[in-house]
Amino acid sequence: MSEKLMVKGNEAMAEAAIRAGCRLYFGYPITPQSELTEYMARRLPEVKGTFLQSESEVAAVNMIYGAASTGTRVMTSTSSPGFSLMQEGISYIAGAQLPCVFINVVRGGPGLGDIQPAQSDYFQGTKGGGHGDYRLITLAPSSIQEAVDLIPLAFELADKYRNPSLILADGMLGQMMEPVSFSEFKDLSELPDHSDWAMQGNEGREPHKITSFDIDPNKLEEMNMVYNEKYKEIMEKEVRYETTQVEDAEYIMVAYGTMGRILSNVLKMARSEGIKVGLFRPISLWPFPYKALNDLIKGKKGVLTVEMSTGQMVEDVKLGVNGEIPVNFYGRTGGVVPTPNEVLEQLKQMIGRGE
Amino acid sequence: MSAIKTFKRPNALSSKEFTYCPGCHHGIVHRLIAEIIDEFEIQGKTLMVAPVGCSVFAYTFFDVDGTVAAHGRAPAVATGMKRARPNNIVFTYQGDGDLAAIGTAEIIHAANRGEKITTIFINNAIYGMTGGQMAPTTLLGMKTTTSPYGRKAENEGYPIHVCELLKETGGVAYLERVTVNSPNEVRKAKKALKKAFTAQIKGLGFSLVEVLSTCPTNWGMSPKEAMKWLDENMKKEFPVGVFVDKVGDEK
Repeated sequence: MSEKLMVKGNEAMAEAAIRAGCRLYFGYPITPQSELTEYMARRLPEVKGTFLQSESEVAAVNMIYGAASTGTRVMTSTSSPGFSLMQEGISYIAGAQLPCVFINVVRGGPGLGDIQPAQSDYFQGTKGGGHGDYRLITLAPSSIQEAVDLIPLAFELADKYRNPSLILADGMLGQMMEPVSFSEFKDLSELPDHSDWAMQGNEGREPHKITSFDIDPNKLEEMNMVYNEKYKEIMEKEVRYETTQVEDAEYIMVAYGTMGRILSNVLKMARSEGIKVGLFRPISLWPFPYKALNDLIKGKKGVLTVEMSTGQMVEDVKLGVNGEIPVNFYGRTGGVVPTPNEVLEQLKQMIGRGE
Repeated sequence: MSAIKTFKRPNALSSKEFTYCPGCHHGIVHRLIAEIIDEFEIQGKTLMVAPVGCSVFAYTFFDVDGTVAAHGRAPAVATGMKRARPNNIVFTYQGDGDLAAIGTAEIIHAANRGEKITTIFINNAIYGMTGGQMAPTTLLGMKTTTSPYGRKAENEGYPIHVCELLKETGGVAYLERVTVNSPNEVRKAKKALKKAFTAQIKGLGFSLVEVLSTCPTNWGMSPKEAMKWLDENMKKEFPVGVFVDKVGDEK
């Protein structure tokens, strides 16, 4: 690890991707992630990489498809409206089983929305925003350091499972500055060899065909079963989460990303007032830590889920809790970020109601 | 003693049977591309991007690494491949709906960037696979299932001239419109395709060959009638010829 540097989130994520061995980036400017694109434009030529600004997010995601189909480590970044435009391509990429990484620096929606931080793209990231039965490996950092640490993992998981990965950040993480330690540059010769399936030219072997397509429904079902087996394995092996002071807690707060970080302050405030509360923070949003959450809530009195949305992850929280104890929700949306005091008040009200 | 020449399938064509209708020109164009891949000895490094449309299976008809892009996005997919692996030869094969309607942005920007890829553009003035709907290249007055009273300029606008549009972009190295409805035209088309691939091999920029083609099935004609209709109608709207040539002639 290097010494700590003061870096803006968007730029830190770009540098982390380069250090993870990514030398190819296609993207389109959009607030609040444009610094990531700009950083790549400046930095990639310095490390003999290739940067290309596409004519649209639609083109960018298809450039990712093309590059990933050659087995080359590749990524893009965008913000909510741009991520919507990429959904068609992501569906094709998932169907063609191509490894690559997306970063969505989420902003307020729907539609043009605004440019402030939000968590209202949870469904799009975790439930498959495009058509068909597919999943994105979705990782949600709650600090710039965690984003920097999750990016190499996102590439590794994408390669391991031949599936697109998503870093679900938000405008807060993209825009703020924090001290960050970067890992060393990955030796490019250690990147995984995809020559057994990738399109690199069929000299001395049978041609490789990459597709999400089969006109025969039975064969397409077979392809879907291959994806599904992979998804089952990911659900079994790649669940990630963090817990804080849950052992003696009577109540559990659940939040991810920026909201998870704000709740760690709420936790301290509540504990100082003698409220026995703990924090459960999913890091992998897909696969969601259902079982870990279910194990955790045994004997607790209630759950408070807090999101920068009108309630999306809370549906997964309810699946995890499975009706065993009450699940409450508090959210602000449209780019409004709940304050610790606001959430603490909600927590107290919930406890007062006996939930 | 002269060598015996045998007419056989080019190595770059797979043994898979074509899915095309009788009288359709896809088969002729596929063969020409495969012959050029053989002659240039680039089979082992060629990557192919098929479109959505009648030629959706084209990635299986060539014995090269291949994929099929989302509708209209082949130039973006090919851009990703070529930028990742500049030493490979990358070509897209696209119909008029794919390239000139839904994929208009992708083809114009790939051409303008001078992406070192080659596009083969089949213009038969109609949507084939979906069953004969209006294309951006459908002629005025031409009846299709979505222009049942004939295409009218005031409602559907005018046939799009792809070569004329693309010739204004800076990145194009070779651009020609051809037909393949006579042996002589087939020879000219092959020459055009050779120059297009040469432009890519020499790294000169983007290259595209537009092939005016028949669709007897959706035009409601016999193959012979379709050839005649192409000559008498399509060539008037879409004049054949060279629009950009930065390759030059072999000495």
